[in-house]
Amino acid sequence: MPITRNFSKVEEILKKHAYDKKNLIKILLDVQKEYRHLPKDVINYLGVALDLPPAKIYGVGTFYAQFSLKPKGQYAISICDGTACHMQGSTSLLQAIEKEIGIKPGEVTPDLLFSLDQVGCLGACALAPAMVINEEVYGNLTPEEVTRILKNLKERKEA
Amino acid sequence: MINNPKEALDLIEYEKVRRERKLNQKTVYVCVGTGCTAKGALKVYAEFERIIAEKNLAISLNKENDHEEDQDPVRKTGCCGRCSSGVLVTVLPWNYMYANVTVRDVEEIIDKTLLHGEPIERLMLTDPITGHKVERLEDADFYKHQNLYIMEDIGKCECDSIEDYMGRGGYSSLIKALSEQTAEGIIRTMKEAGLRGRGGGGFPTGVKWEATRKSPGEKKFVVCNGDEGDPGAFMNRTLLERDPHSVLEGMIIAAYAVGAGKGYAYLRAEYPIAVRMFNKAIEDARRLGFLGENILGTDFSFDAEVKEGAGAFVCGEETALLASIEGKRGVPKPKPPFPAQSGLWGFPTLINNVETYANAPKILRDGIESYRSRGVEKTPGTKMFSVTGPLKLNGIIEVAFGTTLRQIIYDICGGLVAGKELKAIQIGGPSGACLSEEFLDLPLDYDTLKSVDAMVGSGGIVAMTTDNCMVEVARYFLDFTKRESCGKCAPCREGTYQAYKILEKFTQGKATYEDLENLEYLARIIKIASLCGLGKTAPNPILSTLKLFREEYVAHIEGICPSGMCTAFKKYRINPELCKGCGLCARSCPQNAISGERGKPFMIDEEKCVKCGLCVEKCKFKAIELVH
Repeated sequence: MPITRNFSKVEEILKKHAYDKKNLIKILLDVQKEYRHLPKDVINYLGVALDLPPAKIYGVGTFYAQFSLKPKGQYAISICDGTACHMQGSTSLLQAIEKEIGIKPGEVTPDLLFSLDQVGCLGACALAPAMVINEEVYGNLTPEEVTRILKNLKERKEA
Repeated sequence: MINNPKEALDLIEYEKVRRERKLNQKTVYVCVGTGCTAKGALKVYAEFERIIAEKNLAISLNKENDHEEDQDPVRKTGCCGRCSSGVLVTVLPWNYMYANVTVRDVEEIIDKTLLHGEPIERLMLTDPITGHKVERLEDADFYKHQNLYIMEDIGKCECDSIEDYMGRGGYSSLIKALSEQTAEGIIRTMKEAGLRGRGGGGFPTGVKWEATRKSPGEKKFVVCNGDEGDPGAFMNRTLLERDPHSVLEGMIIAAYAVGAGKGYAYLRAEYPIAVRMFNKAIEDARRLGFLGENILGTDFSFDAEVKEGAGAFVCGEETALLASIEGKRGVPKPKPPFPAQSGLWGFPTLINNVETYANAPKILRDGIESYRSRGVEKTPGTKMFSVTGPLKLNGIIEVAFGTTLRQIIYDICGGLVAGKELKAIQIGGPSGACLSEEFLDLPLDYDTLKSVDAMVGSGGIVAMTTDNCMVEVARYFLDFTKRESCGKCAPCREGTYQAYKILEKFTQGKATYEDLENLEYLARIIKIASLCGLGKTAPNPILSTLKLFREEYVAHIEGICPSGMCTAFKKYRINPELCKGCGLCARSCPQNAISGERGKPFMIDEEKCVKCGLCVEKCKFKAIELVH
């Protein structure tokens, strides 16, 4: 199915950043926030608007961890694997998440509700092991606690 | 908008009086640092507001204060450092500090402490060593053994208020610099104070500023490196969230000293609160006239902007960071030319760490003496560290250079939690080293650490216990650096990958003595041949563990993981004599690897078992054992 997109949102973002290619990363961060990924047609659109080859934009988009070419879930889970978290059992949290929502890091659930990423360090080391779901930090987690949080989010969706 | 220095100084005097009055009245400060927020600080804050409104205390409590907005008895403060005891609440004017505060405690704090000045023993800080309750925050060992310089005013600074920052003397250094000092004079002060870059290398800041000043260029830039990507480090985040104006003031002063007209603060997108706070700080500074055209009526013009990073560790390397600001892939360049000669878009660029900038206005304000009275001869001053691991207290600390690891781990953080034994200290993140216990008395400063092949790095300290496998730690860091390597140079791109593969063999129990030799050889090559700091330091976790914990590598070859952390060496067994056959383990097993008949001993299917250890935690009869 071909996607027909109205680029008014992209235009708004471009305008906010003055159509300046120096602001490419800021523009892409806003695109990522809007669409929860960098859609191919938007990359092409940006290429024309900023007078940059789409390959360059693709290069930047694949370099940084904040961007993804596949859509992120409504609840984007980042499980921290920083030093403090790793040493205090983040692996068992990851297993609990994988079991609960059935996806591995880098993937998204078919209903686009959850996506999962394993990240370097969230800077919440004093609360290790920690995870972030859409900017909210959860700390001092156990596998049971993680399962409970995810179950709650699922229920919220159903309600 | 303030147009002249005199007016600005008058405003500071006014704000100082205003702040003094606020500190002497009845006020609750709720810590809203990242740690406390995750533990519900905003809910605690809202509850304070709710009850205060309900009891109609908002105006009655401090009504003698004629400045209406200062009467509010509940305020937010930046990170207090003692993150593991959150939510932290400070009650003024008594300076009582309460830990682990929940919504349920709020009413009691208002009724007893805020209204009647009565301390609540139950909520006081507990001394981790003696177990005694400590009434005031300045009496707690955690703070007593620190050297609070850029973090002073813990528990009672309002992080998002420029007025409060000015009330603490903020922006007076900038005013003084613009009205009385020359650029050369400021650079001389930085040199005489002996300020060194806090980003990890410890390069003398004054020298860097001078080089940028002397570099010819039609335009110049200043850049703040806030790309704190080290796993296990969060002091830059804390500083940006609790006192963004101190960093901004430092950037403006630096711009004046080097002759720059534009500045960028490069902050991690993973730190949304820091980004928000810094943006607000820039707006407020612009509103009052500390940023913009003809600052304070002088002919110096400067403006600053936040550039968000997008999640790449290599961008902490200065040339990669500059590429990222230009909107490109964050790939480093060979040096020279240094950024001071050719940085952003080819113009001379000064790039310093967040903490370095925060120190500059403080030095100008409090003088060289006060700065040099802390720390050691070659590295005066203080350093923020984030301390984590299974310690009694975790969080952010600020200590003088030359403080030992033993003082940090035992005197400040209270030592390890019960049942854990210290094995190593990881310092400096993926570029740093693992130090064994014999290094506990080593004074922490750039030169001493360098002499033992370690580095201060940005300042992350992680305590590791006898439960942690040092080979696994090395594997973990190489997994990180191989992922974060930008791919430009082969020694780093291929080398870290191959080193990781060898380390993986160790943790899987498949390594040989030849692997050990290859690993050491490879690590040395990566160190010598890589282009930038990431690659040059990536082998440090391998080299330091090989040096200090070689026996663990050998043990892995011989089929034992001494700490029991590497799952490949683990086997779980149910002791049939202790097993009561309750089946709890079978129900909790995520792999359905345990089976049996109720009332009879259960069995673990080794094929299915992923060695998560959940069953051991669940078993009430301690019937499940780990066999190596």
